[in-house]
Amino acid sequence: MNFHFSGKLIAGIHVVLPSRELRFVDDMTAFGFTSERSRRVQEVMGYDKHRVVEPGVCVSDLAVAGLRQLFQQQLLQPDEFDALLVLTQSPDHFIPPTSNIIQGQLNLKHDLLCMDINQGCAAWLVGLIQACLLLEQHAIRKVVLIAGDVISRRVSPRDRNSFPLIGDGIGIALLEKSPDASPIHANLRMDGSRASALMIPAGGFRMPSSPETAIERDAGDSNLRSLDHLHMDGTAVFNFVQREVPPMIEELLRFANTPEHTIDYYLFHQPNRFMLEKLAAKMKVDPARMPSNVVENFGNSSGASIPVNIALNLAHVLPTQDLRVCLAGFGSGLTWSSMLLNLGPLRFCSMQSL
Amino acid sequence: MQDQILQILSRIRADADYRNSSDFVEDGLLDSFDMVMLTSELEKTFSITIDGLDFVPENFASIDGIRKLLVKNGATL
Repeated sequence: MNFHFSGKLIAGIHVVLPSRELRFVDDMTAFGFTSERSRRVQEVMGYDKHRVVEPGVCVSDLAVAGLRQLFQQQLLQPDEFDALLVLTQSPDHFIPPTSNIIQGQLNLKHDLLCMDINQGCAAWLVGLIQACLLLEQHAIRKVVLIAGDVISRRVSPRDRNSFPLIGDGIGIALLEKSPDASPIHANLRMDGSRASALMIPAGGFRMPSSPETAIERDAGDSNLRSLDHLHMDGTAVFNFVQREVPPMIEELLRFANTPEHTIDYYLFHQPNRFMLEKLAAKMKVDPARMPSNVVENFGNSSGASIPVNIALNLAHVLPTQDLRVCLAGFGSGLTWSSMLLNLGPLRFCSMQSL
Repeated sequence: MQDQILQILSRIRADADYRNSSDFVEDGLLDSFDMVMLTSELEKTFSITIDGLDFVPENFASIDGIRKLLVKNGATL
């Protein structure tokens, strides 16, 4: 599905990350890795440090702290937006929506559309598309989009395929109408037949959590995880990304009638450096235009990894300049989506540790 | 090439008995993490770039599978 939007832009981006930092070499000691083997994995995958929340910290805690800082710094007014979108796979509760919890904690107006959407690594893209759709309404002047997770709380520390790469965090974007805004082009694909490639099997209504689902078992590869933990079929996910993302980007450029060389940056979701380097090679894109340094500094923070990418690499440029960028997210669902837009000058582009 | 592949495999998992396995992935000798490491080592050793679409378990299941993977991606025998 292709989307075309006009008269809308991203006005600001703010990222909130937990201050608790784990180091890859320490994680791998638990798996019996020698320092040499850890060094080699670090080099190839780009793992080094990752940020995870303290026990008990939820998405709404990060979101409330982030919005509060924007309010205090007068970068955003509490009553200036009419919709609050939260995209996460780690909601505070099943009931009520996390967006309503955030609204309540910040005493936001009642005339506010609060909406939760369950999305993971493609959340930033799905959220931007949804925000643009909402801005088509006369009643909605501005939208606050929040995407991210605290998924480390549901990843087994004894699963070396998942734990060392996981990061927590959220990204916040302010989207608004502007008659002078450049067109935004996007596309989106979903395939639920491959849903089991990324899944937390227990904890929902299909398989409620129980003492039985909490038992950690060897998944056949010496990694221990329970049905309450995230299960990731790493090979299937890798193959999905290599197969689906390059043609999606080609199609987006054709749809937007945009020559490839006019794109300043490819700001993609970052699972690990290896996967991004393979993507860049497949797409014949200079890796310098596709930053891959998020995972080594903060881990894979799911739906927040694209705003983290932007705040980490372009915060010095975007307050004063605009860039032609291509965004792409891909993950659970399976869902994959991309967007071509002019980004900047931004009212704010910042990062906060909590 | 077979000896070179075995040497690389033993660097990935020194404790694994590759000679007595008919499927390295199915038998749990290589997981996705190891496949990534193996890909990187093969690329360095044979000075090639392995296509991302070739990152599937069947290409890493046996010495012969790995040899075919190398040839397909331009390694010189």
